Amino acid sequence: MANRVERDLNRFRQIVRGKIKQDLRKYMSQGEMIGRQGRRYVSIPLPQIDIPQFRFGQKQGSGVGQGDGDVGDPIAQGNGQDGSGEAGDQAGQHVIEVDVTLEELAQILGEELQLPNIEPRGKKNIIAEKDRYTGIAKVGPDSLRHFKRSYREALKRQIATGEYDPDNPVIIPIRDDIRYRSWKTTLLPESNAVIIYAMDVSGSMGTEQKELVRITAFWIETWLRSQYKSIDIRYIVHDAAAKEVDQQTFYHLREGGGTKISSAYKLALRLIEERYPPDDWNIYCFHFSDGDNWGGGDTRECVELLRTHLLPKVNLFCYGQVRSLYGSGRFAHDLEEYLGHVDNLVISEIADREDIYDTIKDFLGKGK
Amino acid sequence: MRNTKLPPELQAAWDEIDRYARDFGLDYFPISFEVLDYRTLYEIAAFDGFPTRYPHWRFGMAFDQLIKGHTYGLSIIYEMVINNNPSYAYLLEGNELTTQKMVMAHVAGHVDFFKNNFWFSHTNRHMLDTMANHAVRIQKLIDRYGYDTVEDFIDTCLSLENLIDYHAPYIRRPEAQTEVPVTQDEDAAELRVEGLRVERPYMSPYINPPEFLEEQRRRLEEEQRRSQRFPEHPQKDVLLFLLNYAPLERWQHTVLEIIRDEAYYFAPQAMTKILNEGWASFWHSEIMTKRAARASEIIDFAEHHSSVVATSPQRLNPYKLGLELLRDIEERWNKGKFGKEYEECDDVVAKRNWDRQLGLGRQKIFEVRRFHNDITFIDEFLTPEFALEQKLFTFRYNRDTDLYEIASREFEEIKRQLLFRLTNFGQPFIYVEDGNYANRGELYLRHRHEGVDLRIDYARDTLRNLFKIWKRPVHLETVVDERKKLLTFDGRDYSERRIE
Repeated sequence: MANRVERDLNRFRQIVRGKIKQDLRKYMSQGEMIGRQGRRYVSIPLPQIDIPQFRFGQKQGSGVGQGDGDVGDPIAQGNGQDGSGEAGDQAGQHVIEVDVTLEELAQILGEELQLPNIEPRGKKNIIAEKDRYTGIAKVGPDSLRHFKRSYREALKRQIATGEYDPDNPVIIPIRDDIRYRSWKTTLLPESNAVIIYAMDVSGSMGTEQKELVRITAFWIETWLRSQYKSIDIRYIVHDAAAKEVDQQTFYHLREGGGTKISSAYKLALRLIEERYPPDDWNIYCFHFSDGDNWGGGDTRECVELLRTHLLPKVNLFCYGQVRSLYGSGRFAHDLEEYLGHVDNLVISEIADREDIYDTIKDFLGKGK
Repeated sequence: MRNTKLPPELQAAWDEIDRYARDFGLDYFPISFEVLDYRTLYEIAAFDGFPTRYPHWRFGMAFDQLIKGHTYGLSIIYEMVINNNPSYAYLLEGNELTTQKMVMAHVAGHVDFFKNNFWFSHTNRHMLDTMANHAVRIQKLIDRYGYDTVEDFIDTCLSLENLIDYHAPYIRRPEAQTEVPVTQDEDAAELRVEGLRVERPYMSPYINPPEFLEEQRRRLEEEQRRSQRFPEHPQKDVLLFLLNYAPLERWQHTVLEIIRDEAYYFAPQAMTKILNEGWASFWHSEIMTKRAARASEIIDFAEHHSSVVATSPQRLNPYKLGLELLRDIEERWNKGKFGKEYEECDDVVAKRNWDRQLGLGRQKIFEVRRFHNDITFIDEFLTPEFALEQKLFTFRYNRDTDLYEIASREFEEIKRQLLFRLTNFGQPFIYVEDGNYANRGELYLRHRHEGVDLRIDYARDTLRNLFKIWKRPVHLETVVDERKKLLTFDGRDYSERRIE
């Protein structure tokens, strides 16, 4: 019996996966996902998996209840939209939430965006993938039938039921006796990685811009975590000067003042030199700004820093230019002009949430 | 076959409870109990209680949700019982003996209800075998046509599974089987009304006055118009109509038939939820408190029982409502608090203290158990006094505050709302009006609107599924925001237009 519900459960999970894939672009543009993140999984609302029927709409939501209170007293919170139906004598029309593990989500992301698996740098960093025939299962393809074990099961059964005749030891396995070899694919990621996020927090970067960064970062991490054994994350904010902050501050800090991108790059470089020697670490830098850099040759300095110091040390340097209320600056354009040919530099523009999908594909599509 | 032997202490408990239950007059099919670990119990629960179902993802989804509910402590299943002869009931391994005894008594109540309640009288009592057969038949189709194809068609059928006539098993509806061909002879004989035979022509105006002839003509026309209708009368068993007339392949016909069979099997359980649960709860209390529970078990029993009948403002607990209403009926019939004299009594005090010592209570609730379903049960026995005592109220959703609030404590309002929720199980009434709409073989359904609109996105997707079966354009007449509308799916596009 266990096999039977297992069978339906697997099918259900497969369908869920398909639905997520189908709507991945939509999910990727929603910040909501982040709020739903548990330790090892994300819970994703999937209204479409319900089977449609002719049913009543819920907006007139009413019913009969039981208990104290006067007319007009609130008894339950709605949830601000149709289909709540928590209250009352009716089974609510639930939006189904499915828990998807982060690994699975990463896998879906990888398949859908056709992301190549990352090839970590350095000799210590090997991801070993191995199929090992370690187990025995009751189901499997005929080619993997384990004769010895099937025979043993049949023998056990016949002895137990008294069918076994030592004088005429004929053993006939029945369906239930058959055993199969089963295998397990093991990934053995050996390498460690660090993500360094840098973000422009000058006045022109508003809440929506930060939200774009936050969502993009969620997907970056989902993917990178699936590729590495462990990940360190560091956050740098900058306006005219740069400093390292914690995650909370990173997404919420807002400063005035001008913008000097080179300050962030210098700090990133210092972090790498002090703490993350490139021989031991896979290093990922993501920098987000609206591209409005201070004049006075700062962009030139950035290009120089990238060319001679940062790019040779990191696996990948990604620059995401988000569009702000004040439009987008020229920084992306300048980088493109001077360093566009460098293999491990990716430049992507994020005008709105819809672009996150493509940006992720740009950033992670190189397999670095 | 699994080992269904109960452990000795549970067997002894059942022997005892079985005796008490029969003493009380309960009359049930043989019950086969089985103790399961929670995982297995949830597996079976995911299959609606049956150990064998055809493969379908929704069972996996149900299982996933049950397990999650269990993990988060939201819901716990203690017991499950299926309507079959013999009946099968499952107990959760590891429960205390007191709990198991209570569950057994509860199960006895359910099985008595299955066996004796009128609304269950047409159910298949060999459903365990039938379900297994369905599983085999569908598996064969899967082997032949492929998993995806069959699954997709099952999804389509499930989308329509509520379009059955819940009362069909109890009423003969000849029109359900009409075999009127879709295409009629277009050149039907011209209408000729001759009136009565007249021997002498001069008598004609007297024997066949013009009004009479006119009347005859009208009737004939009406008859002919009606005979061209297909179906002759609106038909509520949409699934049967589709089985009879939709261009289904043989294997699709099989699948749809199976889905319909199972829908009819489960229908009475939905029709009698309050009464059935009330009845089972009534008997587990009665048997436990009066006979089976030892002094040392009373606290455990009370705790457990109170969790079963717990109320919360947002949910009307069918166990509680059913149980209290049955107790109320028993008391009223014991004291003679019914009938003309009682109803017409204006003296509140006299009414409260009314006691004719009739002792008819027990007999009355057994009668209720035999004949009623939730609607008739509520309609006939819910009284203003009861609603007041049980603190019933209606609530509504307030869009401005995003809160559900108490709307009314008026008896009429409560009763109306309750009955509305129960009618057709809170499912919309949908009829096949025309299987040859616009003389183009299109399907025309009508939603009998009763104040609540359909959920339009679902309706749209359901129409798509109907089209997959009917293979011609499908229409649904309904009311949206107080305007009559015709929703149409023509195979490519979905459209909505106002009518009349």
